[in-house]
Amino acid sequence: MPENSALYLKDIHKSFGDLEVLKGIDLQAHEHDVISIIGSSGSGKSTFLRCINLLERPTEGEIFITGEKLHLDRAKDGQLDAVSHKQLAQLRSKVGFVFQNFNLWPHMTITENVIEAPVKVLGRSKAEATEYAHELLNKVGLYQRKDFYPAQLSGGQQQRVAIARALAMDPQVLLFDEPTSALDPELVGEVLGVMRDLAGEGRTMLIVTHEMAFARDVSSHVMFLHQGKVEEYGPPAQVFGNPSSERCKEFISTVF
Amino acid sequence: MIELQGFGDQLLAGTLVTIELALASLLVGLVLGIAGASAKLSDNRIARSIANAYTTCIRGIPELLTVLIIYFGATTVLMAVASQFGYDEYIEISPFAAGVTALGLTFGAYATEVFRGAIQAIPGGQREAGQALGMGRMQIFLRLIMPQMWRLALPGLGNLFLVLLKDTALVSVIGLEDIMRKANVAVGFTKEPFLFYLLAAFIYLSLTIVTMVLVHYLEKRANRGLERGI
Repeated sequence: MPENSALYLKDIHKSFGDLEVLKGIDLQAHEHDVISIIGSSGSGKSTFLRCINLLERPTEGEIFITGEKLHLDRAKDGQLDAVSHKQLAQLRSKVGFVFQNFNLWPHMTITENVIEAPVKVLGRSKAEATEYAHELLNKVGLYQRKDFYPAQLSGGQQQRVAIARALAMDPQVLLFDEPTSALDPELVGEVLGVMRDLAGEGRTMLIVTHEMAFARDVSSHVMFLHQGKVEEYGPPAQVFGNPSSERCKEFISTVF
Repeated sequence: MIELQGFGDQLLAGTLVTIELALASLLVGLVLGIAGASAKLSDNRIARSIANAYTTCIRGIPELLTVLIIYFGATTVLMAVASQFGYDEYIEISPFAAGVTALGLTFGAYATEVFRGAIQAIPGGQREAGQALGMGRMQIFLRLIMPQMWRLALPGLGNLFLVLLKDTALVSVIGLEDIMRKANVAVGFTKEPFLFYLLAAFIYLSLTIVTMVLVHYLEKRANRGLERGI
């Protein structure tokens, strides 16, 4: 039932022109679920994740965030768009999103990056938001760098700031879009470490990733996408150990 | 000592007028430029068409003509409107107002393209990061896009301002008492064209150098936090 799910996506389709990238994907995440979405490039993983908070507008489908239905309407270009910008913004603020390329704002210090949305969107006072930001930066191991600008940090550090920025909104769900794909290999571990801690806290997370060992260790469920469809879904032991789909078997054997 | 025959104060007064005109036009032009760039990048087809017509017309007409058209055109239009209300006196707009309008329009048209390029150079992820956190369109533009736009636009804007500074001389043709006109008057009176034109050139050059220093300082400030990378 959508009402008691942290996230409920029903029959999500997405077409770019004639190319159908997503061909009807359902997903239900309960609180504390950690769901990894895996698949080869071009399988639609990132597109699906981006449809959840409408960074990408789906062509068909229904979206429920913390039980609340996001009202969608057909736009002129044929894609679905939010009926109310206000509702969209409000639901987006409940869903943290961590990008592959961090997307920190380069003209602000990392503390300013973290407090921006809590102050502007949630209306928190600057002092209160700053205190919380410092707490979160401490949590991701970057309190010492609180007055640095993003360009002065390594990729791994920037991604940890981006995670702190998402956490500052106290989101109900966290979405990670290949959070370690843009990092040098030696920096991947520090980001995965932070994510592992978040999963341990019982955060609800959806993770698009190529880090299979990580997905196997932290996930409660794994979704394998192939050509815009769910080929395999289940606990990591099943998806990685004993997949029923041939394609999934093939994929797993090539990545391990 | 060079003998200015009392025209030194006049040139100084003219310099102030030139500076005022340049700054006022800059302000008008920046507003028009941001509006123009926003319109050109909007989803609204009418807004895009208006902005395109604006930049095409203004950039396609010599600045001198724009000044003349605005000056005489505004007078004609104002009188026509006033006569509708039964007011038949002769109305004249000030050369300064006409100059600010003409130069502001010109600066705005060129700045539209500078701002458009700057906004497009900002990676889409910057906006998306704001959207994903629930920020509204206006918040994203004012807090995330504008500050980064300035950094990218500053070199182009600095260039445009230098052009604007010298275009102010055109407004002397409609009688604005700027550096150029004061120099002309001095030349007519003293019959020393070389001296006064050279002096005028020196003043424009000095203003240019001051502008360049200011722009350099602004660029440095805008690039703070980016000493490394990018």
